[in-house]
Amino acid sequence: MSSRSGSTPSSSLNNSAAPSPAEPPERGHSLWSDAWHRLRQNRLAVAGGCLVAALALACAFAPGIFHLSYEENNLDLGAAPPSAQHWLGTDTLGRDLLARILYGGRISMMVGLVATFVALTIGVTYGAVAGYFGGKLDALMMRIVDIIYSLPFTIFVILLVVMLKDPMGKFDNWLAGYAFFANSRGVGKVLLLFAAIGAVEWLTMARIVRSQIMAIKKMEYIEAARSLGLGRARIIFRHMLPNALGPIVVYATLTIPSVMLLESFLSFLGLGVDAPMSSWGTLIKDGSEKMEEFWWLLVFPGLTFSLTLFSLNFLGDGLRDALDIRAAKD
Amino acid sequence: MRFRPRSALLSVLCLLLTGVTAAAAVAKPQIWRVGNGVEPEDLDPQAVSGVGEQKVIMGLFEGLLTEDPHDLHPVPGVAEAWEVSADGLVYTFHLRANARWSDGTPLTAADFVASYQRMLTPKFAAEYSYLLWFVVGAEEFNAGRLTDFTQTGFKAVDARTLQVTLNHPTPYLLKIIASHIAWDVVPTRVIAKFGPLDRKQTGWTRAGNLVGNGPFVLKEWLPNQKIVLARNPNYWDAATVKLDGIEFYPTEDIATEERMFRTGQLDKTNELPVAKIDTYRKDYPDALHIEPWLGLYFYRCNVTRPPLTDKRVRQALALAIDRESLIKNVVRGDEQPAYAVSYPGTAGYTPTARLTGDLAKARQLLADAGYPGGRGCPAIELLYNTSQNHRAVAEAIQAMWRKNLGVEVSLVNQEWRVYLDTQHKTHDFQLERSGWIADYLDPHVFLEIWTTGNGNNDTLWSNAAYDRLGQSALAAKDDTERYALYQQMDAILVDECPVIPIYYYTRVYAMSPKVKGYWPTLLDNHPYKYIWLEN
Amino acid sequence: MLRFIARRFLEAIPVIFVIITMTFFMQRFVPGGPFTAEKSVPPEIQRNLDAYYHLNDPLWKQYTDYLWDLCPKAFHPGALRHGFDLKAAFGIDLRPSFKYANRTVNEIIADKLPVSLELGGLALGVALILGLTAGILAAIRKNSWLDYLCSSVSMTGLCVPTFVLGPLAVLAFAIHFHWFSASGWYTWQDRVLPALVLGIAYAAPIARLTRGGMLEVLSQDYIRTARAKGASETRVILRHALRGGLLPVVSFLGPASAGVLTGSFVIETIFQIPGLGREFVNSAFNRDYMLVLGTVTLYAVFIIFFNLAVDVLQVWLNPKLQFE
Repeated sequence: MSSRSGSTPSSSLNNSAAPSPAEPPERGHSLWSDAWHRLRQNRLAVAGGCLVAALALACAFAPGIFHLSYEENNLDLGAAPPSAQHWLGTDTLGRDLLARILYGGRISMMVGLVATFVALTIGVTYGAVAGYFGGKLDALMMRIVDIIYSLPFTIFVILLVVMLKDPMGKFDNWLAGYAFFANSRGVGKVLLLFAAIGAVEWLTMARIVRSQIMAIKKMEYIEAARSLGLGRARIIFRHMLPNALGPIVVYATLTIPSVMLLESFLSFLGLGVDAPMSSWGTLIKDGSEKMEEFWWLLVFPGLTFSLTLFSLNFLGDGLRDALDIRAAKD
Repeated sequence: MRFRPRSALLSVLCLLLTGVTAAAAVAKPQIWRVGNGVEPEDLDPQAVSGVGEQKVIMGLFEGLLTEDPHDLHPVPGVAEAWEVSADGLVYTFHLRANARWSDGTPLTAADFVASYQRMLTPKFAAEYSYLLWFVVGAEEFNAGRLTDFTQTGFKAVDARTLQVTLNHPTPYLLKIIASHIAWDVVPTRVIAKFGPLDRKQTGWTRAGNLVGNGPFVLKEWLPNQKIVLARNPNYWDAATVKLDGIEFYPTEDIATEERMFRTGQLDKTNELPVAKIDTYRKDYPDALHIEPWLGLYFYRCNVTRPPLTDKRVRQALALAIDRESLIKNVVRGDEQPAYAVSYPGTAGYTPTARLTGDLAKARQLLADAGYPGGRGCPAIELLYNTSQNHRAVAEAIQAMWRKNLGVEVSLVNQEWRVYLDTQHKTHDFQLERSGWIADYLDPHVFLEIWTTGNGNNDTLWSNAAYDRLGQSALAAKDDTERYALYQQMDAILVDECPVIPIYYYTRVYAMSPKVKGYWPTLLDNHPYKYIWLEN
Repeated sequence: MLRFIARRFLEAIPVIFVIITMTFFMQRFVPGGPFTAEKSVPPEIQRNLDAYYHLNDPLWKQYTDYLWDLCPKAFHPGALRHGFDLKAAFGIDLRPSFKYANRTVNEIIADKLPVSLELGGLALGVALILGLTAGILAAIRKNSWLDYLCSSVSMTGLCVPTFVLGPLAVLAFAIHFHWFSASGWYTWQDRVLPALVLGIAYAAPIARLTRGGMLEVLSQDYIRTARAKGASETRVILRHALRGGLLPVVSFLGPASAGVLTGSFVIETIFQIPGLGREFVNSAFNRDYMLVLGTVTLYAVFIIFFNLAVDVLQVWLNPKLQFE
């Protein structure tokens, strides 16, 4: 098994592969810079990264530059297939689908990346701590995970929306006072959305990380690091987590589509963006109900969604390979 | 329309057998398979409140009167004749001699009295018992203030005569009796075998236990799969019944329901997705059915929230909606635009008052209220319950108001029961999407709700003149006088605009052309005994 | 190991207690009640309804009454054979449903759980066969066309949600080819489409996690050692790599199995399947307090059981770990 990136010669690699406890902190830099170097060599990963960046830029700036409106409708036109004027067609209210996809991308990408990051941070830390310390602490932490798994999510979300309605309204009004946010109503609701998603999506991540950490804990080099008296945080974050990175990256890329779709369920419960603003999740959901009549309403949002996920996955795979210190040793 | 058998295998078999069994095919049992929308909560006519339950129960039970299949006017049911006293207070029903329960035992006036007693027992807690409150003592008994049921206005004069005495004349009582299951009779003698009469969860409505008096009996109930009804040989009018059975499918997903119709699993759907209407118009015109339905789609104003405190703002909003375009391009079901609250042509009543005025008038009204071109108008929020159709209507109207009036309205959606709680309890909304479907065929249903203190008003609008007119209408001696008062009430509603009428509903569904004896009716009730299938 | 399992069973009791308590009180603070209807009823009738369902008792009393009904008070496991009757077997009474007036929560679970178990079991089978095969193939032929094929297929599985794949499958195989019914749960043919669609939805993450886990292991020293010792590639993969490589999949499968075996809302709705998945979601929308509590408790039992199974399986996969 020799990966393409493995052919990169590097003098510092041998040291970082078998972490010697005495290594100076600067070595970490070379690990990351080597990883960055390997990542750049992975064409698929680079292509994926560029595509995600391009999509993100398009969502952020294209509507402004081309004066696209997600809400300007033309009831008499209705749902029309792609044409010179509307490249991706229009929806049943005669609104430009391209504009709706681009605006929808803002919320979906933000949800996908931010909520996944939140879930990742909580899940990895929680799982690593439980897996490393084990015993009573692990038992307690995992029973808490069991509890959160079981609580009814729908009821939790409705409760969240109702209880925090007024505080979020106040927050919005406060934000509206600042010029930058003057036109972005509902920021509070979106933050709440992240909280709701973050509250559930970290659980499986925590369990995966925990099982990886438990296995790695038994490896010789960790025993060695421990016998040399390294700090726990240092052992967990410098020596154990990098070795569990593969599953973490994979699960993180799995989390992105599920939170993007979860967003459409939450908007059903009144959390998330308000109509007429769209998101990829709601566009796909709406399109799926009309796919026989107006195929473009499902196909284009679906394609954008898939393209983003594919890109993120290739980027994720590339990242994993680049950070896989052992495979690089070959 | 292609109606194909379930599987390829089956179709091959059919092909082989067609020649041989052509004669047998004619004698195929007449089973009508129909999408019911929801899984019934129960089949006890006194314990349920929803439309989906009512649809099944109408096959299993019959009240004193029943409905004409064409226009739903009251026709004899268990009662073969009835008379009303001159003061309109005493109704006497004569039950037919051959009225029987499905187990063969005779059905008597005492059964009706016992049924109404059960319905009104406070401990039993029936939701629709207030439809019996017209009767002397019924409300008091239901509220627990009266404990002796013999003191109420329900009386079994003899086995075949039932007398009902009312608090005040109620011109539409016969329509309620004919159309609503709350006045149905239940077999208390059988129910008692399964548990106390005042309990709901006794299991007497399960297949095998249930005894009814309608044209059909319950044969099988597979929860969330189907409910199978079979012909009731003991029904007094069994000769009229043409179907051998009905299968109700709890089709909670309308897209699934439509696909079931296309594969031939259903003969009639409960609804049709909006996007499919045009497809059906083009490809299966004889399967597409669109019929008027006695219901109003409207936006409710909370008149205590500025700027909706000003009736000119409400009028401007009401005038600035292009209803024709909305119906043609968004709702698409040939709905009738609503320019007044009452449904035109309800039991001979058509409101003459209507919203009149063009956009210029709407803009002028808004300017008079102090917001020329929408400038300075406080933020308005429109609340709707989550659903793609309501969202589309709201988005279209939001754009109309912005374009026509310069008024910015933001949209907020809530989950169904949170939304209902907001509507009925907290009133924490400015504009709210709502619908009102009539339970019986009388203009009264659309007008009573806006009186002060009515539990379904929810606009916080209160108008003394309107309330007085409502009171006088109840005491009116005939429909001409009553309808004249209703005209004044409708005029007040159009002028005050506590609600913004948008359109009158239609029922849109797909039905196989082989279904016969099924006529469009305003309440979407279709007496099953007249329906048959053409082979 | 038995001590470990016994201890976990003991730990489950407070966990379930906490879940029931939190659910009980959470749902009461959600706006709208079980009898909130579009047409509001007069206050007298509302009072009658509240009295009937004991909703006017103090909340703490409703809570303690419910807990008492929930406590096992009998032990006749033989009764379980005649339908899954928890009341007859253990005296556990989950109360009548608010929404479905003539059914108890015990009955609803007894009726619908077997359907969900069957559908979920089939789907899990599909998911494991497809997912593990694709994941292992992709990992051992990393960066080959086989890897790209398997990865792309599993990625596509991730990108196409079940609410799109389900209707597509019906349009193709039921409406176009007439091979199956559009919906229903009567014959074995009715099982095919839902099990496949649900299985594919779970196969995708399993394939991705298997590939990731395997890659992690394949570069470990002990695999190199095994290879260096001349073990055959098949043996290396099956005996050594799979054990470590499956860890993430196994962790994922714990909660995923609990979810899929207790029903899928989307699949059951699209295919009109009388399973429990719909009740999880609808009971919350209907504010059917008792059905919410019943289904949540059942799900908690599944989660606890499967997470325990995962922990046991992990030790089996990695003999270095011990039960602690």
